Amino acid sequence: MNTQNPASTDTGPDENPQVLTTRDGIPLKVSLARALRREKLRALVLIAPLLLFVLITFAAPIADMLFRSVENGIVSETLPKTVEVLATWDPESGEIPDQAAFTALYEDLKVAVEEKTHTRLGSRLNYEASGMSSLFRKTGRRIGRMEPADATVERFIDIDKDWGTVETWAVLKRYSPTITPGYFLNAADMQLTAEGVEMKPENERIYLYLFWRTLFLSLTITSTCLLLGYPVAFLLAALPARSANLLMILVLLPFWTSLLVRTSAWKVLLQQQGVINDFLVWTGLVSDAGRLVMINNQTGTIIAMTHILLPFMILPLYSVMKTISPSYVRAAKSLGATDWTAFWRVYFPQTVPGIGAGAILVFILAIGYYITPELVGGTDGIFISNRIAYHISTSLNWGLAAALGVILLLAVMLLFYVYDKIVGIDNVKLG
Amino acid sequence: MSALPAYASTGQRVWHYSFRTICGLIFFFLIFPILVILPLSFNAENFFTFTKEMLAFDPAGYSFKHYEDFFTNPDWQQAMRNSFAIAPVATLLATSFGTLAAIGLSQQHVPYRSAIMAILISPMIVPLIISAAGMYFFYSRIGLQGTYIGVVLAHAALGTPFVIITVTATLVGFDRSLVRAAASLGANPVTTFFKVQMPLIIPGVVSGALFAFITSFDEVVVVLFLGSAGQKTLPWQMFTGLREQISPTILAVASLMVAISVVLLTVLELLRRRSERLRGLTPS
Repeated sequence: MNTQNPASTDTGPDENPQVLTTRDGIPLKVSLARALRREKLRALVLIAPLLLFVLITFAAPIADMLFRSVENGIVSETLPKTVEVLATWDPESGEIPDQAAFTALYEDLKVAVEEKTHTRLGSRLNYEASGMSSLFRKTGRRIGRMEPADATVERFIDIDKDWGTVETWAVLKRYSPTITPGYFLNAADMQLTAEGVEMKPENERIYLYLFWRTLFLSLTITSTCLLLGYPVAFLLAALPARSANLLMILVLLPFWTSLLVRTSAWKVLLQQQGVINDFLVWTGLVSDAGRLVMINNQTGTIIAMTHILLPFMILPLYSVMKTISPSYVRAAKSLGATDWTAFWRVYFPQTVPGIGAGAILVFILAIGYYITPELVGGTDGIFISNRIAYHISTSLNWGLAAALGVILLLAVMLLFYVYDKIVGIDNVKLG
Repeated sequence: MSALPAYASTGQRVWHYSFRTICGLIFFFLIFPILVILPLSFNAENFFTFTKEMLAFDPAGYSFKHYEDFFTNPDWQQAMRNSFAIAPVATLLATSFGTLAAIGLSQQHVPYRSAIMAILISPMIVPLIISAAGMYFFYSRIGLQGTYIGVVLAHAALGTPFVIITVTATLVGFDRSLVRAAASLGANPVTTFFKVQMPLIIPGVVSGALFAFITSFDEVVVVLFLGSAGQKTLPWQMFTGLREQISPTILAVASLMVAISVVLLTVLELLRRRSERLRGLTPS
């Protein structure tokens, strides 16, 4: 870009002396703006393929999950006429709906049974009120043989007396909107009843406890990682580069080894007939009958996950400690501080950013872990992730899995926001 | 801490050596589980612990039978073939998209840079179980669940953040005037990219590709949900093996995978040194 000498611009009589122009007469400002626009466009064109790729293969699935956690079209799709009739019915009246509702139900179910969708509706409503699944199966079997004239209130109550209760119809009405908070309430051990939102009975509450345990185990793992990682990072930062690099291999090799390899190693080591128990029996610390149970419980999860996540604590701590000049500690000591005071009052405060970065990183990774708890956690060492996996592949309650996933995702996003504030997303380093 | 001065008091000496011992124990904790599976994988018995023969270094206590099982068992062989069919393609996708985007992101003026960066990095941050759940729901909607393409796309998405991070890191030290010099000498943008920019950022691209490869090669949660029996990979086979009938063949597979990690770690270290040399730094 060739600009004229500012002094030469006021030679032209009809040009504004204040405006700088390029050689071809375009004002400099315009030309610069155009170049900037072109540069921005070029950057965006380079980014666009990946952005589109990630949006389709990754962001869309996450959005789909958000949608599924509240989506509830099944009642109004399977029983459209019934939902319409129930709109005018008030469960507060204490009486079951009139004949119109039963006729609509008969017509809807007739279609649903042909399309075999009534059992799906039954299982969906069973998440909210038990007994609904069998009610719909039973009614579905009988409805094929019924004539339109038979679709009376008495006939339905005769098939199953649940049709005669206000609660059954109230559940239908409550879950007829296409958007429901039901899955989220379930995920928080609550339920939607005629009186509004309330806690589930004591013996049915599992998720709050599971969330609490996930939090507790992640915190425990983070603290053990900090406890073990801090001395190692301190030693690595204090040693001369040559020996530090050699010892670093001991940290990087586990970091690079497959997660499943490390989990299988712990499974082998911690077994009752495994290497550690054999060693303890051989030394006589433990009797052959009293072999320690270290696997398929919380101990197993904590040991294996601490081992797996420890490098994620050591590496950020090390990179912070490496930048701390040793002259501060020397200065403190020359001023009469004891070793402990010099460490605690001078060295330690400078490592706090590293502690923050490492701790949040380990915590974020721990809170969403699935494989290791599944393999070594038994029943009391599992995380919320294992419950999500269970609902996807075994109980098929996808809505609840999505709601639990959304809650976990929000927790991770919040933590990551904090991490971004402390470390910065651009400063993530690998290896 | 590095060296004990001659005037150190007894207390300081005691602390110095006990601190080193503590660190030694932690290093032992880090490396022992990985080292212990290597000899155990040569066990002649189907045990997961050292037999008397092994401890006596009796050759009869050792054998290659678990390795033989791995190389002859059709399940494991199929799993290995699947792993090598999925990971390279996912790596190629992740590396080509990721490198382009990293070059775009390192331009001086990028609108909405932080928002774009957040979206592109997100596959690395979101817990795998959530990615797996979302992908399972979405891919079954569009008919990709249980297909080879579905697994490859998912693995490529999970690998891109690593490529972006490593390539962006190399581009920080990249001298932009080289591109301008090439352009002023008459090279078109494509020639400039391949002849000038690419040779300088290649260490970052290769280490990003290695990260993407290992992400796909080690990944089990997503493939567990997205794949069908036809996409059973090595980690999946190990996972089912560990959960159901744990067989010592797993230790042989694990030892082979440790060997792969050692190779990868060495390559990455060499690349890091080369990259630092190219950028005029002295490698440490």
